[in-house]
Parts: sequence; C-alpha cells; structure tokens
Amino acid sequence: MLNVELNEGQLLLRDSVDRFIEREYDFERHRRSVAEEEGFSRTLWKEFAELGWLGVGLDSEFGGARDVAILMEGLGRGLVVEPFLPSIVMAAKAIAIAGGGDEGSEIIARTATGDHLLSFAFTEPRSRYHIDHVITRATRSGDGWTLNGRKSLVFNGDTADSLVVTARTSGNARERGGLSLFLVDGEGDGVSRRAYPTNDSRRAADIDFHDAPGRLLGMADEAHAVIAEVVDRAAAAVCAESLGLMSRLNDLTVDYSKTREQFGQPIGRFQVLQHRMVDMFVALEESRSMTTVYMGDVDATDTAERQRAVSAMKVQCDKAGRLVGQEAVQLHGGIAMTQDYEAAHHFKRLSVIHRLFGDIDWHLDRFASL
Amino acid sequence: MQMTFTAADEAFRHELRDFIEQECDPGSRERMEKGLSIGKEDYVDWHRKLATKGWSCPHWPVEHGGCDWTPVRHYIFEAETGEACCPPPVPFGPEMVAPVVWTFGTREQQQQHLPPILAGDLWWAQGYSEPNSGSDLASLKTAARLDGDHYVVNGTKTWTTMAHFADWIFLLVRTSSEGKKQEGITFLLVDMTSPGITIHPIITMEGGHEVNQVVFDDVRVPAANRIGEENRGWTYAKFLLGYERFNMAGIPQAKRQMKRLRHIAGDQGVDSDPGFRARMADAEIQIMALESTMLRLLSSVAAGKDPGNEASYIKIRGTEIDQLMTELAMEAAGPYVVPYAPRALEEGWNEEPLGPDYAAPVAPDYFNTRKVTIYGGSNEIQKNIIAKHVLGL
Repeated sequence: MLNVELNEGQLLLRDSVDRFIEREYDFERHRRSVAEEEGFSRTLWKEFAELGWLGVGLDSEFGGARDVAILMEGLGRGLVVEPFLPSIVMAAKAIAIAGGGDEGSEIIARTATGDHLLSFAFTEPRSRYHIDHVITRATRSGDGWTLNGRKSLVFNGDTADSLVVTARTSGNARERGGLSLFLVDGEGDGVSRRAYPTNDSRRAADIDFHDAPGRLLGMADEAHAVIAEVVDRAAAAVCAESLGLMSRLNDLTVDYSKTREQFGQPIGRFQVLQHRMVDMFVALEESRSMTTVYMGDVDATDTAERQRAVSAMKVQCDKAGRLVGQEAVQLHGGIAMTQDYEAAHHFKRLSVIHRLFGDIDWHLDRFASL
Repeated sequence: MQMTFTAADEAFRHELRDFIEQECDPGSRERMEKGLSIGKEDYVDWHRKLATKGWSCPHWPVEHGGCDWTPVRHYIFEAETGEACCPPPVPFGPEMVAPVVWTFGTREQQQQHLPPILAGDLWWAQGYSEPNSGSDLASLKTAARLDGDHYVVNGTKTWTTMAHFADWIFLLVRTSSEGKKQEGITFLLVDMTSPGITIHPIITMEGGHEVNQVVFDDVRVPAANRIGEENRGWTYAKFLLGYERFNMAGIPQAKRQMKRLRHIAGDQGVDSDPGFRARMADAEIQIMALESTMLRLLSSVAAGKDPGNEASYIKIRGTEIDQLMTELAMEAAGPYVVPYAPRALEEGWNEEPLGPDYAAPVAPDYFNTRKVTIYGGSNEIQKNIIAKHVLGL
C-alpha cells in the first residue's frame, strides 16, 4: 500500500508554514511586500531563513519534492511573493545538482541564511517552453568563461546577487547537447538588467550579458539533464502552490456565498451556484490527490517516471486552477474584479502559473510521447 | 453564406468605406486594431464625425435624427465599422437612455436631451447597480424624496462605467417601499455637476479605471427630470433592457480578436500545433454560429416578425465567446503574457517593448474580460430569464 502520510518532520513543517500564513501573511501583508522597493520583503526573507525554510529542497532533512510542496502550498495560500521559487527551488537546486564545488556549497549556505539571493535565468526571448532554446553563448576566456546573450523573464532577476544562467558552449538553439550552467554576479561587469513587474504582482527582469564573466557549474556541454530536472521541480512546485491558491479561492467563494444576499437569501442557497462550488471543490480535491500520490516521483532517478508525474500533475492542476480561478471571480460577481479584493490576485497568480514551465498543451504532448 | 445585397446596399457600403478612410482617426483605429484602450476623445471624435454625416445614431427613429435603414443596412454599418476598427458606439446615451427618453419622456425632455446625444456633446452614465443590489437589481435602495419641485437623492451606485467622463447619469431610485420592490422605483435624469455627487474610482484587477462608485449625498434633482410617472421606473428599465439585447453580440469585436489571435499564433508557431489549430477553428465556428443567429433575427425582423425572447441568449453566447478569445490569446502568446506593462498600453509610449508588440494587452484583456459574464445582468440571470420566459419553467 502506498504511504502518502506526512512524517513527523513534515507535519511540523506544514504547521510552521500554516501558522505563519495565518498569523503573519494576510492580504495586507502581501500588498506591503509588493510595495517594497525590491518587490518583496528582505526582513521576511530573513525570517524564512530563521524558520529553516530556505534549506527546504536542499538539506538532508527536508530535501525532497514533497517537502518543497508542503511549503509551496502554504506560500500559495498566502499569496507570498518572496522569491522562494526562483531562488531556492530553482537556482540553489541547480547549483546543488550540477555541483558547484566549494564555492557552490558556500553560496547555497549563504542563500539558506538569507544573506545571498539567487535567481535562475533559463528562458530567452522566443524560447517559449523549450529549455534547449538557448542562444546565449559562453566562450572560454583565459581561465574562465564570458557570456553573451539575453535572458528574459528572470524572476527576481533584478535584485538577485548571483544568477545561475543557462548558456550554450557548443551546438545550436534547440539542441540538447552543448548546454552549460554558469554562475554570474548580478552586479558584475557586462550584466545589464531591465526590471519590470509581472501580472501576478511579482518582479522579473530581462538581462543582457555582454562579455560577462561567469563561473562554470558542473560539466561543460552536459547541463541539459540538470536544467530539465530543475524546471520539472519548479513545475511540480507551482502545482503545490496552485493547491494553496485554489483552496483559498474556494474558501473565499463559499464564505461569500453564505453572506452575500440577493433575492432575499444568501446566494449560496441557489442550487445552480451550489453545484458550481461543488465542481470547484472536486477540481481541488482531485488535484490534491494527484499531487499527494505523484509528488514523490519528482525525486525519481528514472527521468521518464519523473516527467510522467510532473506532466500529469501540471495538466491536472492547470485545468483545475483555470476552473477554480474563473468560477471564483464569476461567483463573487463584480467584487472579485477589483484590485482591492484578494481573490482577483489569486486568480491572476494562477493565470501566470499556467504560462510557466510548460502549459497544458506542452505537458500533454510530453506525456503522450513518454 | 448566401446573403443578398442590392446594388444600393453595395453603393452604401462603398460610401461608408470612403467615409471611414477619410474621417475616422487613424490613431484610434490603430489602437483598436492592436487591442489597446482608447480614450474619451477617440470615442467622441468619431461620434461627432458620424453626426456630421447623420450616421451617429442610425437606429433612432428618423424624426429624432436616426437613419431609415433596412436591417441589412444596419448589418453592413456594424460589420464595416467593426472591420475597419472604428471606435465602437458608447451605449449609455445613444442606445440606453435615448430610447427611454423618446418613448416615455416629455417633449421638453426630448428636446433637451436627444440633440446633444445625437451630436456627441454630452456623455451619459448608467446608475443602476448598488453595493447590495447587483443581480437583484430591484432591491435597490438609493432613495429619492420629493421636496417641493425637487427630488433629494441619497445613496450609492456602483460599477458605474465611465462615470468619470459623464455629464449626465440616468438613475433608478427608490421612491416608495410599499408593495412589491419593483413598484417603488423611479427613473431620474441627473446632471453630474449637481452638488453632492462624489465619484470614487474602482481599479479593476488588470489595473484599469473604467468603473466607479458614485455617491449621492442630498443631491437635488428637479422633478421635471423624472421620466414618466413616479414608481413606474422599473417598467422603463425593462423596456431599455429589451432594446439593449441586440447590441450584446460583439461580432465585429470577436472577428478582430480572431484576426489578432491568428497573428499571435502564427508568430509563436502554435498555428501548426494540431490541438491549438482545432481550438482556433472551433472558436471561429462559434463566432459563425452567433453571427448566424444575428442574421436570422435580422431577417425575421425585416419580415416584420417579433424576434422573441430567444434573442436573450445572444448576451450569453457573445460574452462566452469574448472570454474564449482572450483566453486563446493567452495560450498563444505563452510566457510573453507574464510581464505587466501598463505604460505600453498608453498612447504615445515608444520604448522598446518586452517581447513582441502584441504581448502587452493580452493578459490585461483576459483579466478585464472576466467582467462580461457578470455585467449587464449576469449570465446566470440571463439563463433564469430564458428558463422562465422562453421555456415556461
């Protein structure tokens, strides 16, 4: 029999994130973080470090995808904008998998204490969902390497201290071979960053590299497997985040339908709305079942097994997120159309997640080809 | 599609095309084509140009300045102005309050209000919804108390579209709490410069400002601005809804969206994806089905028949298609929809865009368009109407 129960440590982790969201991170707190100069709160980020969260997915105790999922679900529910996904789930993990030597370990350690911020720069203009669509090139120069090219949609790439960058050391766009990972100083020579807000109230940057020095992580030309794993881990993480977003939307919608009165009764008494809230509930529960059962496969050494699980989860969670997000807005009526009401923001975050790390079509196609 | 146009119809089409080319501001048309928002002056400028030609309110009765057109001619007008990306008519004055004024208003009210609407000199807003009266509109509480020859109005209207542009607003107010809730409602015309009116902007989720909350605090409105009889306002409002339903299909807009979608899909390479191709084709067929409904109705109206309540489903299907088109654009544009670039939507913005130039409005459109199945009587309410009045349930 499959064991999907959380162990003692995981239960504690879940309690810690649930408690934090419940007590510390309401919608007003979210808005304050968004309004910060860097688009998130460094103070809270340090608090995350003290709670031990910035080692989740990396350290020996909470190193698995299920641990990441526990945290991500809570962060989703609270609409947390602090950069756990790009910094920890992606960049730090990439260094850990690729092997960055002593320097890599030291950076991961400083990241875990909240003193160093990382981001993962893997998408380029026109790369869509293809991780091997890399035009950015790295060439040898003396003892090291220099990078030239442009990365786009680098989450929190505007403030990251270091960037983990995918670049081509041989071959051409959309070839698997010839990809490598580099560590680049965010403020270093030859790095120029254009920051912008995103539709889910986060930050991203387009980053140009002009002869920017970078340090090779792992083996040259052999990074495809690492990048693929990191992006799959990110896809799995946003599935877990979706659960949190959907559960919050479902709670808000059901609560609203009990208090909003039209035609002399709470609108939740109307059968047509009841059935739709049941559909939302079923969509969430099915997604939760899927992620509970398959999240562990993200850690599988068999690539096909991992890909199958990730694609299935992403399709399920994106479909459910679409239904729950759209219906939550519809059932609230005009109020959820407004920027002052939190449901609108959960809906927008879900809509952005659908466009990250492969959309439904992309994952259906991959699933069918496995 | 077999549709017969007479030589006169074709001549009209050419005259209209020439007029659009010469008179409709190319800047407005370009922004419409790209799916960018346009400002008050774009709407007003085009309306005034049409007015010089006598075409600003073609569906009005001839004696008030309308055109004596056949349904086919109206169809040509809508199709051509839509295809050419002209600013759409703003409905509140020409299509909503005007029919009420010429049907139930006094001669003085007609003389005062119809000419400025026709000319495009005054902008109207609709004061219906309230914070606690949305789908259940008849439960509205904004009160009007008669004091001499004035009503004193107190209350709050909400979701008031473009109230910040409006010179006048038509209001449903409560003048009696006796009997059924529908029976104590009065229809008032209110000058927006009256003392005691405050407009609070409501920013919608994509960051735009279209709607407002409008607060009335002891606003004095001449009793002469009442339409028809006191406590009969619900009848006039229902009449207005019946008049409105033809305008909810949004066929020209759907066709523009389809054109843009094909462009995005082509640029992103998803037009060769079998699944996406099928969904685009399906959307196009849905637009054809809705347009067929419109044509069938036009044809039966031309034959002198009452279109009947079946036409209510036009609002349901039109808004569903609108949402479908914006969602397909999200899928086609892919990760490019993630950056939020509100300034790229403004006029005169000329920085380097993030990604292709079609990208910036895609997500804001998708977010904003969630409103269409909520406003104008939510689609749930429309289904109730069809169930009750068409199916007799």
